Amino acid sequence: MPAFDNMPDMELYQPVQIDDALALAARLAERGWLVGGGQDTYGWIKDRNKRPEALIDLNGIESLRGVRETENGIEIGALTTLTEVATNPIITQRYALLSKAASVVASPQIRNAGTLAGNLAQDVRCWYYRRGLDCYRAGGNLCYADTPEAQNREHAIFNASRCVAVTPSDTAPALVALEAQMVITSTSGQRVVAAEDFFVGPDVNIESTTVLRDGEILTAVRIPAKWANAEFYYEKVADRNVWDFALVSIAGAMRIEGGNIVESSLVCGAVQCTPRRLTSVERAIQGRPRNEATATMVAGMASQGARPLNQNAFKMPLMDNLVTKLLTA
Amino acid sequence: MTPRLTRRRFIKSVIFSGAALSSGAGFYLASAQTRPSGGVERLVSLSINGRTRRVDVMPQETLAHTLRYKLGLTGTKIGCNRGECGSCTVTINDVTHYACSTLTHSVKGKEVVTVEGLRAADGTLHAVQQAFIDELSPQCGFCTPGQIMSAVALLKTNPRPTRDEARQALSGNLCRCGAYDHYLNGVMRASGQLS
Ligand SMILES: Cc1cc2nc3c(=O)[nH]c(=O)nc-3n(C[C@H](O)[C@H](O)[C@H](O)COP(=O)(O)OP(=O)(O)OC[C@H]3O[C@@H](n4cnc5c(N)ncnc54)[C@H](O)[C@@H]3O)c2cc1C
Ligand code: SF4
Ligand code: FES
Ligand code: FES
Repeated sequence: MPAFDNMPDMELYQPVQIDDALALAARLAERGWLVGGGQDTYGWIKDRNKRPEALIDLNGIESLRGVRETENGIEIGALTTLTEVATNPIITQRYALLSKAASVVASPQIRNAGTLAGNLAQDVRCWYYRRGLDCYRAGGNLCYADTPEAQNREHAIFNASRCVAVTPSDTAPALVALEAQMVITSTSGQRVVAAEDFFVGPDVNIESTTVLRDGEILTAVRIPAKWANAEFYYEKVADRNVWDFALVSIAGAMRIEGGNIVESSLVCGAVQCTPRRLTSVERAIQGRPRNEATATMVAGMASQGARPLNQNAFKMPLMDNLVTKLLTA
Repeated sequence: MTPRLTRRRFIKSVIFSGAALSSGAGFYLASAQTRPSGGVERLVSLSINGRTRRVDVMPQETLAHTLRYKLGLTGTKIGCNRGECGSCTVTINDVTHYACSTLTHSVKGKEVVTVEGLRAADGTLHAVQQAFIDELSPQCGFCTPGQIMSAVALLKTNPRPTRDEARQALSGNLCRCGAYDHYLNGVMRASGQLS
């Protein structure tokens, strides 16, 4: 499995109008590959483990950038960089959960280039798959991460179906918690999908982590006013602070009235292939104060039903401890 | 080929001529093919260190490749070539980017600055370069151009950063020698906060 310095010969298109990009995406279909910041893309291509014939660089399309206020919340252009998402005043003031999540992705340089769409649509980080092995996700018929000797410390503890890879995106749990809507456009029109339904596990589609199909472009992310200025908690636990994917992350939004949590939306990253909504915990803490006693009451609930692999049982107490921190912060 | 030809010059000539007999240059050759491809024009004008440079750029070529192997600007280092070390850091419109993970075609119409573009016309070093010398910041020096570019970009937007802000700004630049604190001393000196 050699690693190369250069990418092989490819076509490159740099449309400046969204309509041209959509036409190209439709025409090239599976031969083409959309590029935002390219930070997830170039490694695949340098390693020759994905071989698109044409790149469609979306960066010239100004209409896909920036943050706009809408009647019911805000709309973030899909090509907005992670640095912009992390520092934009509207997002930091009203949806600090998302700006915090964006600020802990990878490294400053990767956030300067990486886009929100690319962060959400990025592929899983299972090293067997990334090194080009023909596992289930690559169209083969075995999972290298789920064998007795496998290195699976970073893999899934929930909802595995043949593939045990986890969602790598730091912004995905925040957007699911904020009940964001994904605006997906193609030459045949537009569809709007709830963030929770945008991400799919291997039981639904083992070759893609999202509902995006060839020819479709994620053009915007809408965040409803519902959770604006709510109480937020975000934490990512990783082996190192830079360039590293979450071992477990938690994103939570809570509404508190009269000292009690009236509604909450709690989501963990990196425990299964999609962001995992902690619905049992949400139900249990409803109507209770955000404090130590409530945390003790729900202790162990988040990780219930987990099926750890050989090396990742530590993710269970990690999840539970993050819920405790969220409730006692 | 004469035995005196250095590796770098050999690579350079391979790319310009598009033909070499040595199999050792295989992958450079493969990517230097001139077979027609759709989309972008290969001959482009780039603004590098304030000068306009005309270059023949492959569609899939990275900025690090163009800078080092076509423009001779070898101050930009390639460490990992995968966005994991920062030794290739340059600024594009004053914002830091990994040149190894940037398509050259995406910087058309933008201002690229590499470590070679920092000193003044009379040869005076940039404040960050001078401070890094004064503070003995580098150890082996391989990561230094990248550290310098991150520090320069920081001071443009935040001329008197706290040490912690500097740490954040330089966090995308790995130093295998572990000279991090010496670089931070350099940033504090360059911003006039250490004498
Ligand atoms: C060293 C390293 C460390 C990293 N660490 C982290 C981390 O800690 N956390 C994290 O979340 N990520 C991490 N990443 C992953 C990732 O590179 C970045 O998160 C980045 O946000 C990806 O965005 P991009 O725009 O560069 O993606 P691209 O590479 O441009 O795109 C990624 C995928 O999304 C598709 N895509 C892009 N734009 C669109 C669109 N508009 N519509 C539909 N599909 C689209 C592309 O076709 C591609 O399949 C890391 C990457 C590297 C190399
Ligand atoms: S976890 Fe998924 S991606 Fe990794 S080897 Fe198994 S099937 Fe492949
Ligand atoms: S060479 Fe570009 S980040 Fe390492
Ligand atoms: S000084 Fe040697 S890698 Fe930083």
